Amino acid sequence: MLRDITIGQYFPGSSAIHKLDPRMKIVLTLAYIVMLFIASNPIGLLIGILFLVFTYGISKIPPRMILKSLKPVVPIIIFTSVLNMFFIDGTPLVAFWIIKITLEGVTTAVVMSIRIICLIAGTSLLTYTTSPISLTDGIERLCNPLKRFKLPVHELAMMMTIALRFIPTLIEETDKIMSAQKARGADLETGGLMQRARALIPILIPLFVSAFRRADELALAMECRCYRGGEGRSRMKQLKIHSRDIFSGIFVAICIVGVILINVYAPVILPM
Amino acid sequence: MPEILSAKGVTFGYLKEDNELNIVLKNISLSIQEGELVAILGHNGSGKSTIAKHFNAILVPQEGKVTACGIDTKNEEEIYRIRQQVGMVFQNPDNQIVATIVEEDVAFGPENLGIAPAEIRRRVDEALKDVGMYEYKDHAPHQLSGGQKQRIAIAGIIAMRPRCIILDEPTAMLDPKGRREVLTTIRKLNKEHNITVVLITHYMEEAAQCDRVVVMNDGELLFDSTPRDVFSHVQILKEVGLDVPQTTELCHELRRAGINLPDDILTEEECVEALTSLLEGVR
Repeated sequence: MLRDITIGQYFPGSSAIHKLDPRMKIVLTLAYIVMLFIASNPIGLLIGILFLVFTYGISKIPPRMILKSLKPVVPIIIFTSVLNMFFIDGTPLVAFWIIKITLEGVTTAVVMSIRIICLIAGTSLLTYTTSPISLTDGIERLCNPLKRFKLPVHELAMMMTIALRFIPTLIEETDKIMSAQKARGADLETGGLMQRARALIPILIPLFVSAFRRADELALAMECRCYRGGEGRSRMKQLKIHSRDIFSGIFVAICIVGVILINVYAPVILPM
Repeated sequence: MPEILSAKGVTFGYLKEDNELNIVLKNISLSIQEGELVAILGHNGSGKSTIAKHFNAILVPQEGKVTACGIDTKNEEEIYRIRQQVGMVFQNPDNQIVATIVEEDVAFGPENLGIAPAEIRRRVDEALKDVGMYEYKDHAPHQLSGGQKQRIAIAGIIAMRPRCIILDEPTAMLDPKGRREVLTTIRKLNKEHNITVVLITHYMEEAAQCDRVVVMNDGELLFDSTPRDVFSHVQILKEVGLDVPQTTELCHELRRAGINLPDDILTEEECVEALTSLLEGVR
């Protein structure tokens, strides 16, 4: 049953978006988020939405995946909408007792909801089209300049890689331990919440002990393979910026410039 | 043949919980020549893994001296040069694979050595072909069988171009098929690439396929000779809790029952031949 867990939400494919350099994808995702928040005009927001439609179309990620990625943020969207609607001053639309809903409040609520939805859908596209390993790789290389500020970039990336590597191994191990404990009469399926939580202890303890032993052995094996941190290390796979990366960069830049121009030349009617 | 690994008068002990020293190696002297295929045999706690860990400077002797490729293992500045020359493969293949893709894992060692990307690519492809795993280079390690994973671990070591590989019970966790795959790979590397191999094992059949067998018991060397010679001492081996290959055991029992057979039979063919000639003599 544990075997069904997938790591991250990667959707293997061979679209142009899948093939983009992970560094470029991360930077462009950040740029897209900035674009969403500087768009102060409905046309600007529309560009943001069309951008999503376009990129999801190329990537061939099924649209229902957008809904799936939005599910966890629905409470946040509702919460911020309600707050915006009731607590922003302006031209009242409906007012009774101490509650008053203003025009400004409603527009802010709608705009913020659109922004959050686009933000989640946009960042999800990054994780849908980039495997965890190349995502880690991209983050490591992008953060490289931060090494100057004593940030252990290489170490963090190595930890991520090892964690990803050991997830399937530890899942398999959990399965084995569960079977072993069930064979000894452990009851994992009945009882209240507390009882079930307590039933997990005989599974977690052996799992932790074994994880520590594995860590110890892995550290030894890594030392035997001359590992001594990021210093003086080379990489077999070099990331290269291809023409498609440059084109996608230019495309996003045009969108951002477009949004800025619309902001400047069209009357600003939306709250920031 | 030049000497590649040497231990002279090595004594080593672990500190126990009650602060008492538990001596694991007692004044061991051992010399291994370049190109040899040596098996180190011994039951649990005989010190066979401990001596192996001395050869690539994971452990340093408390008394005596160990050199690998002519470098003293106590010299901490040379430690990575030693580890590049003397690779080590461990028992559990799962716990020595670092990356989530086979070829990336094989590249891990050369990457640590700071080798140029194109050269790493070449070495990785060669190493994977040498262990017969080239077609699996894009797989995730957890999709492979135990024997395949262990061959990936071996590829990860030979991509560093070592002169010597030490394998610490590499087949202990594998099924018979995986065991055969790994042993074939080891023998191939030894014969075709002239890599010195030290195979630590408790499978007698594996030791019988090596050029030389070293038997350890209780931190001391018991035998150091050819497999044929070592396995002729059935009685002593049994006393220290070791088995002998099945053929050797059969002949030993027959001899004890008063049947006249030579005492240095090792392979199945030899055994069959000796028995048939014996039976023909009876007829």
